[in-house]
Formats: sequence, C-alpha cells, structure tokens
Amino acid sequence: MSDSQQPSDFEPVDVFAETDGMDLRPGSDDCYKCSTCDTNCPVAEVDDDFPGPKFQGPEQWRLKRKDDYDIDDSITDCSNCLRCDTSCPSEVPLSQMHNTARSQYVDNQMSKLSVEYIRNRILSNYRTSAYLASLFPRTATFVMNFGPVRWVMEKGLGIPSERDFPEFATTTFRQWWKQRGGAQVQNPDKRVAYFHGCYSNYNTPEVAKALVHVYEELGYEIMVPEQKCSGTPMFANGMLSDARRHAETNVENLTAAIEDGADIIASCTSCSLALRQEYPELFDIDGIEDVSNHTYDALEYLRIYEDLEAELEGAEVDFPDLAYHAPCHSRNQGLDGQALELIENIDGVMAEDVGDSCSGISGTYGWKTEHYDVSMEIGEEMFEHMEHAEGDVGMTECPTCAMQMEHGTGYEIKHPLEVLEAALVSEE
Amino acid sequence: MAIEDDVLVIGGGLAGIAAAVGAHEQGARVRLVSHKQSTMRQASGLIDLLGYTPNGDGPVVDPFEAIEELPEGHPYERAGLDAVRAAMDMFDDATGEMYAGSHTDKNALVPTHGGAIKPTARYPDSAAPGIASAHGDTLFVGFDSMIEFDAPVAADHLAATGVPYETDGATIEFPGNLRDDAKVTRFAHLLDRDDEVAVDGTTMPVRTALAERVKEHIDGHDRVGFPAVLGDDNAAEVRAELADKLGASVFEVPMGPPSLPGLRLEDRLYEYLHEIGVRVSTGNPIVDVEQANGEIDRVVGDHTGREVPYKAQQYILATGGLVGKGIDSDREGVYEPVFDCHVPHPADRYDWFEDGAFDDHEFARFGVPVDTELRPLDADNVPEFENLRAAGSVLGGYDFPSEKSGSGVSLATGYAAGELAGDRV
Repeated sequence: MSDSQQPSDFEPVDVFAETDGMDLRPGSDDCYKCSTCDTNCPVAEVDDDFPGPKFQGPEQWRLKRKDDYDIDDSITDCSNCLRCDTSCPSEVPLSQMHNTARSQYVDNQMSKLSVEYIRNRILSNYRTSAYLASLFPRTATFVMNFGPVRWVMEKGLGIPSERDFPEFATTTFRQWWKQRGGAQVQNPDKRVAYFHGCYSNYNTPEVAKALVHVYEELGYEIMVPEQKCSGTPMFANGMLSDARRHAETNVENLTAAIEDGADIIASCTSCSLALRQEYPELFDIDGIEDVSNHTYDALEYLRIYEDLEAELEGAEVDFPDLAYHAPCHSRNQGLDGQALELIENIDGVMAEDVGDSCSGISGTYGWKTEHYDVSMEIGEEMFEHMEHAEGDVGMTECPTCAMQMEHGTGYEIKHPLEVLEAALVSEE
Repeated sequence: MAIEDDVLVIGGGLAGIAAAVGAHEQGARVRLVSHKQSTMRQASGLIDLLGYTPNGDGPVVDPFEAIEELPEGHPYERAGLDAVRAAMDMFDDATGEMYAGSHTDKNALVPTHGGAIKPTARYPDSAAPGIASAHGDTLFVGFDSMIEFDAPVAADHLAATGVPYETDGATIEFPGNLRDDAKVTRFAHLLDRDDEVAVDGTTMPVRTALAERVKEHIDGHDRVGFPAVLGDDNAAEVRAELADKLGASVFEVPMGPPSLPGLRLEDRLYEYLHEIGVRVSTGNPIVDVEQANGEIDRVVGDHTGREVPYKAQQYILATGGLVGKGIDSDREGVYEPVFDCHVPHPADRYDWFEDGAFDDHEFARFGVPVDTELRPLDADNVPEFENLRAAGSVLGGYDFPSEKSGSGVSLATGYAAGELAGDRV
C-alpha cells in the first residue's frame, strides 16, 4: 500500500487558454514521445531538413500556444501521406494537427502573391484545371506535355518538367453515365451513391466504369450525385477554405443520397479517407458525421455486404500479372490487404505486393519542383520492388500513386476494380 | 456478411504473430487484426526468456530450468515448458540467420546502451560479436547528437561489471552534418544506400567516411560497438563493410525506442506471416463482441467509424499490456477493453502501486488470469468464453520488466494459444 495521500480537492490545472477552434490538447497530451511516427515518416528518412511528424504534430502544437511562435516553414515539406497517423500507438491525431498547422501557415505566413501560393492553389484546385481540359481533352493532353509549355511551367510555377501530365479522357465518366441513361439497375434495397472524385471522371473513366459494371452485376442501383473535389489536395496545401467550399457541396448532395437509402462508395482511397476521417476532423458542417459514417471504399463495401469469395469461385480471367502497391491512404483506413486477398480467389491473374514503402508522390507533393527529388528518392524502394516483381503491370487504388508508379517504371497501372470487372462481368 | 476465417488473432505484436503461426500450422485459415503498429518497434529486439526469477534472483543461467520452478499462475506455468521450447523453435525457424543464441539453453549476456549486461535467450546477429561473455577488447562508438548512447559511460559501466578485457568509449560526429535530432531511420537509410556525404570539404560514401572517423580511435581494439542504427534492409552488408575497413568485428548495441532491431524484427516476422499465408489486416481496432451460447459469435471492427463484423470459430486476444493498451485503467478500476475479461486488482487504486520507482508494484502484474488452455477466467475461475484464448502481456500474474521475460512469454503463450485454437477448428 502506498502512503501517498488521497487528494481531496483535485482540480485539473488549465495550462493553456481556452480556444474557440478545435481542441487538440488531449491529442497532444496523448503523445508519449515513442517516436514511432518519426520512424514511419518517409520524408524524414530521406530529407535531413525535415524535423519529422512528432515535431510537426504535438510539439509544434504546444509551441504555438504562445503568440510569438510562427509555424515552422518545414510544415510545407510534409507530404501528407498520413503514415504517422496510422502508426501512432497512442491515438495522437497527427493528421489533424498537420492539417490545421498547415492551414494556419498558409493563412498567416504565406504571401498570397507568391509564385508558390499561386502554384499550390492551382495544383490543389485540380478539379478546375481538369474541367477546363475536359472541354478540349486531346488539345489539353498535348499542350500540357508540350516541351516549351512545360519549360514555362517549370520556370514560372515550379512544376517539374520531368513529370508527364496524365491524359485527359475524351469522354468523361459523367458524360458516359449520362449517355448510357444513368443507372441500369433499380433496387431500393441495394443502393449506393458513387463518389468518383476528379481523377476517375476526367482521366481514368475506365475505373469508374468498372465500378459501375461490377456493382450493377451484383444488383446495386448506383446514384452519381453532383460532387466537387473531396478536398484531399487542398488539405495537403493548407487551402482549408477552398476545401470547405467543396465539402459543403459534397455533404449536401451526399446526405441527400443517404436519405434516399444509399451508402457512399469511393474508388479512390484518398477520397474515401477525406470523407470518412478528414471531413469530421476539420469541418463542422450539418450532416458531415452522417457522410463520414456512410462512406466506404468500393472494394471494402463489397467485402462486407457480398459473399465475394463465393461470387469469385471458379472465376477465371486473362489478365497480366500485377505488381501491387497499397497507397498510404488505404493503409490509413486498414484496407491495404484487401485487394490481394480478393485477387487470390481469381484464376488467371497473379498479384504480388511490392512492400510497404510510400510511393513518394503524395498527391500534389511530387508535382512541385522543390519536392520532386525527395519524392523520387522515397519512391526508389517501390520502383525497385516493382522491377523485382513478376508482373510488368502495376496495380493500385490511388490515382497519384499510379502516376508515380508509371513515372518510375514505365508500367501501365490498373485499379483492382478493373480486375474484379474482368472476373465478374461478362463481356457485353 | 462478415469477414470470415477459422481463427482470428486480435493484436499484432510478438504474441499475436506467434499465435497466428501456431494456428496456421494446425491447418487453420488465420487472420491477424491489429489496430496500430506494435510496441515491438519500441523494444530492444532482444528475445528474453527469463533473466531473473520472480523473487529477483539472478541473472538466471538456464532459463528453461528456472521456468520449471515458477509458481502456479505464471504464464509460463500455464503454457508449459514444452510450449516454451516449441515456440523458440518456431522463432528460430522464422528468423533464420537474423538471430543468434539457439546453440545453447543458457542465457547470453548482451551489453545494453547503458553498459549494463542483460541476460537474454536470443539476440540479433548484429549484436552477436559484442556479447559480454566473449573475450575481446571493446570500443564503443557513440555519435555526439545521439545523446541516448554515451559511449564512454557505457564502457565504464561494462568495465565495472568486471569483464576481463579492455573497454573504451569514443564519441564522434556522424559524417554528413546531420541535423541534431536526425531520425534513426535517417542514419539507417544513409548507411543502407551508402550515400555520398559531405566531409571536410569533399564528398565520400558514408560508410567510408564513418570508418575513417572511427579509425582514429581503434587503437588495437578487437571489436567496435555502435548504437543500433547500422542500416535497415542491408544491415548485414553495412556491418561487414565497416568491419572490413576497421579490421575489427562490428556490432550493434540495442537502443531504447525507436529501435531499429525492433523494427527489423517486426518486418521479418510480418514477412514470415506473408510467406506462410496468414492474412493480416492492420489499422482498425476491434471494439465490440457479439456472443451466442457462451461463445464469441462475431467481433466488430471499427473501420474509421463504420462497424465491420469479423467472424471466426476461435479467437485469440493478444492486445498487449498497459503500454500496448490491451489492459487499461481509469479512476474506477482496471479492465480489458475488447472482451471485458476479468482483471483482478485491488479495489483501492492507492494499492496498485508502491512509492519507489523500482519497488514491487502491483500494477506490473495486472492482466487476465487464464486456465492451462490459456482461456481467460472470470471472477469464479470459469472460462469467460469457450472459444477465446489470451496470450502475451495481456496476461496477468507476472512482472516482465523485472523478470526480463516479456518476449519469451509472448512467444510461448502466443504459440501455445494458436496451436490450441487451430486444433479446435
């Protein structure tokens, strides 16, 4: 028995003044400085100037309780891969801390006239550029990869000329959806609302079509609500007011779909992560919890609500062997193993995991000249493992990981839904 | 639908991994779910069986002999000595060349970063040339920014234990002008890839530059011990090259968290699970349990707010102890959060601890009690569920930090629980 005295009038001390914003105090107190996050940070491993997530998160949060402390410039070197979030054994909300710090940095310390700000704003508002490009897709694809244009972009905006701009689809997913007359299956009991995101609409409609084919084959009625960007690139660039504007539209239209009995599914793991986790962490919008609680990754949803193993029994496909990379944002949702588990059930295709390293591109991060080298150095491990894997075609759920995989290896990149489509859906 | 397997292991540390392997070897389809990364990354990477008896006697020479003398209720007594031997064989198979120590039942004495010597049963091959019982003049080399390892102090401490050889320490600047709080992964990455670093107005490969700086202090020493940051993927190659350049054997001194030997072990064991075909899902906690007829029917995972059912015939709880959050407490009491298994503890929380930091604390032994089939027992000594077993530091009745028995108990109870569960499928 201890002889410590039982304190009779215990009063917790208020160390910091009340805030009217998000209270990150409990999260900061949860950090016991084990540095597990630092050992997971792909940037700190290759970039000596980056102080790591433990600093960017709880330590910086404490420092900025005092008014005389600016957010450290290194916050812009965080790639927002969120590996620190997944790794923390003590539930410190690192991503929320990074997102709020980055947003404060951009709001208070970044010149709105600087090239960097303008470039970041353009990059994070990819949806706008993609929309404009989709009006003249072939011309846009040509111009965006035209040498002199890229030279100007590199010199003027800091967009590395090494990267290839993704091709714009000649027919966007939404145009295709409209042309085919929308949903082909009506089913009030099995209804999903598809959050396709920008990339599968403007760049890879084949992924979105694969989702439609698979879900309709399994008897789902698909809704495709009006939607804007999920906000992922905006969070990563500290553009929280842009992100909020887009989130308001998304939440409004998605809550309406939920009222119609739909769950929300996404084919891009960064979109699902944004709707599920970052929305309620960052915004207080009517219905936002509802959206978070009804959102699933498209494969995850089928794995929960369908007997996919039975569906895939005897399925055979003619598909190239695949080198699979699990995106960081799928790891963050605990989804990193599911694609390979599903593909194990399909004869005629083999998929091999290329390890747990980060691809290094992290959305818009690798699209900045100052981060290009770091991005490629982080990606090196993945490129090497891809070269070693049997397959000469890559697979991932994340559009920007796909860009990086293609850029580093020259492989064509598929989405797991395309494999599922080949296995489940007979050719029309 | 639920995500369905034969055996579901909850927890991804040593115990969970051993349980998954044990069940898999019985022919069961196994899934391991773990919430966050395991505390293995914070551990030294040493595999201790039993360094000191519960009475504090030791260091123990032969842990297998000492295990036979343990009191009823100790996790080793529950699992049985055969399970301990089987688990160590499994560990040796899984880690292969990476670990040493299997040639004898006796404990090895491995120098720690404080210069103490720790009795342990298995140690990373990177630590092997440094074991204290082997003869050889020893030079510890520390890096000035890495304050966790003070090489001269460690050398003095080791000398104070009476080892019959010279021990010295030198502190150098790691080549490449790294930031003062550079991450351990940063050192490892540089050495893994042998990147060029700037040194004295020129650049050279980092392994060469490091060897050059150590040479000034080598002075006839037979072996050189560095803090354990010598590479990650290519660690053996890094050590071999440094040894070659220094003309002395090179070893790593296990460090506190974050620990590369812990990280490498975690990587290796997950790779092993992957090789044998155990399914692994990480990132989501198990938050709820559905029962039917005294058994667990399904458990519920929390996928960022959505409830996703996981179903199996047999379940294994390996969620860790107080640090891993497999055992938790509040002002009212001590509890096991997933299945709410019974955790015996004094009603008055002022009886949970003693005043001195190194006193014999009650809380160190908090955990679930189990029967000899490793099923958690309720307050009346009846199994909580027919199809639930528990393993590792979630178990009560032992004080692993003072016994130096953490890894061994996790492996032995994990492997035994896995075999029992797999056998019942």
